[in-house]
Amino acid sequence: MIRDLIVIIFTAMLVNNYVLVKFLGICPFLGVSKKLHSAVGMGLAVTFVMLLATAATWPIHTYLLTKFHLEYLQTIVFILIIAALVQLVEIILKRYLPALHRSLGIYLPLITTNCAVLGVAKNNITEGYELFIEAMANALGCGLGFLLAMVLFAGVRMRIETAKPPKCFEGMPITLISASIVALAFYGFAGVIDNMFM
Amino acid sequence: MLEAILPAVACVAGIGLLCAVVLVVAAKLMSVRENALEKKLRECLPGVNCGACGYTGCDGYAKALADKTEKKTNLCIPGADAVSEQISEILGVTFQNTVEQVAAVHCCGDCEHAVQKADYSGVQTCSGAKMLYGGQQACTYGCLGKGDCAAICPYDAIYMDKGIAHIYTPKCVGCGLCVKTCPNQIITLIPDVKREVIACSNKEKGAVVRKKCTNGCIACHKCEKECPTGAITVEENLARIDYDKCIDCGKCAQVCPVGCILSEDRYGRHRFAEPQR
Repeated sequence: MIRDLIVIIFTAMLVNNYVLVKFLGICPFLGVSKKLHSAVGMGLAVTFVMLLATAATWPIHTYLLTKFHLEYLQTIVFILIIAALVQLVEIILKRYLPALHRSLGIYLPLITTNCAVLGVAKNNITEGYELFIEAMANALGCGLGFLLAMVLFAGVRMRIETAKPPKCFEGMPITLISASIVALAFYGFAGVIDNMFM
Repeated sequence: MLEAILPAVACVAGIGLLCAVVLVVAAKLMSVRENALEKKLRECLPGVNCGACGYTGCDGYAKALADKTEKKTNLCIPGADAVSEQISEILGVTFQNTVEQVAAVHCCGDCEHAVQKADYSGVQTCSGAKMLYGGQQACTYGCLGKGDCAAICPYDAIYMDKGIAHIYTPKCVGCGLCVKTCPNQIITLIPDVKREVIACSNKEKGAVVRKKCTNGCIACHKCEKECPTGAITVEENLARIDYDKCIDCGKCAQVCPVGCILSEDRYGRHRFAEPQR
């Protein structure tokens, strides 16, 4: 059981990394990765929202939508729930943790429409996790994977800042090229996890 | 047909309604009472967060004013008189005049006059160049020419020309970000009504300066003798102007043999935004 959960977490984090392998959530990946500090903040916020979204959407899908044969409503219901949840979190943060709220700033509302979060909610269903804890483990792994990708790429970008690429590659082009190389590195994890825990 | 649609509609509507109710309740219960005075004060401030007022940013200054821990309304240099007036009005205190300031570069050793000792091709920032034997110029006091100040200026008031920084004063509001950024500290803030600036920061002896830069101050004391009010003093082989005494006569600039005292209009952005108060 525990072993299964660990496999799920590591698979979601490394083999199926949402940013670098599945290419979901690219906008915050490119937008917020300029500084390590904000990259970590964004990564933690996304992890938190992913866990929260899974905790809300998985029961609703399993106990409500499936029961009434309304699986086709997944997307719209998930969007509704995630948006409301993020708003709720924002209100709570603003009241009780104003410092964190200020440092997260615009990121939190941006997460509302983040495809990585919706992707986790939908993948929990399509990958057929039968237990709630499995879905949560998957969400945690995805969040940590996002955090890992953000931190790694923030480091890469800090090196790019001081490098002098050819004029035509300056700015976004060189960033995209380095992102693709980092993504390539993550393909090396494919197949590793299964053998590691056998 | 209807049996298929109804549950779907009911389901989505129900979830939506539930979310709405939760959000409304949360917003009501956990609303943050924002200080109205602080918000009003914050709206007056320009929002550059330059720190010229001595607080962490515009939010910090507004909070201090609202809490009455700060009595001075004229601390915002970029906002100048207009902001000071608004703040005074909101707080109901008497108007305090702001001393408008602009940045001035104390170096005129451009690439035609300063001797280069090396060809630097490392990280293209002043702070980077400074770390390698004090930059590529022979003079280690002057402008490094990589434009750290121009990069940080929020008003685009600094441009690089012939390897040194220049202030385009009509855009300058005197926030002082460039002063803090320059690794050689050759930029200072001066009252924007004054014209004269010593455009050299080199503290070495005249003969040494002469070999490194033909525009450098050689500490000949001519300006000191010429000044009618005694505003100029030569200390550590470098002339300095005391702007409290300077009467803007421009005589020092005329006698300077190397031409490192510049005399020109330096009216900052405030003058152009609101003509002569």
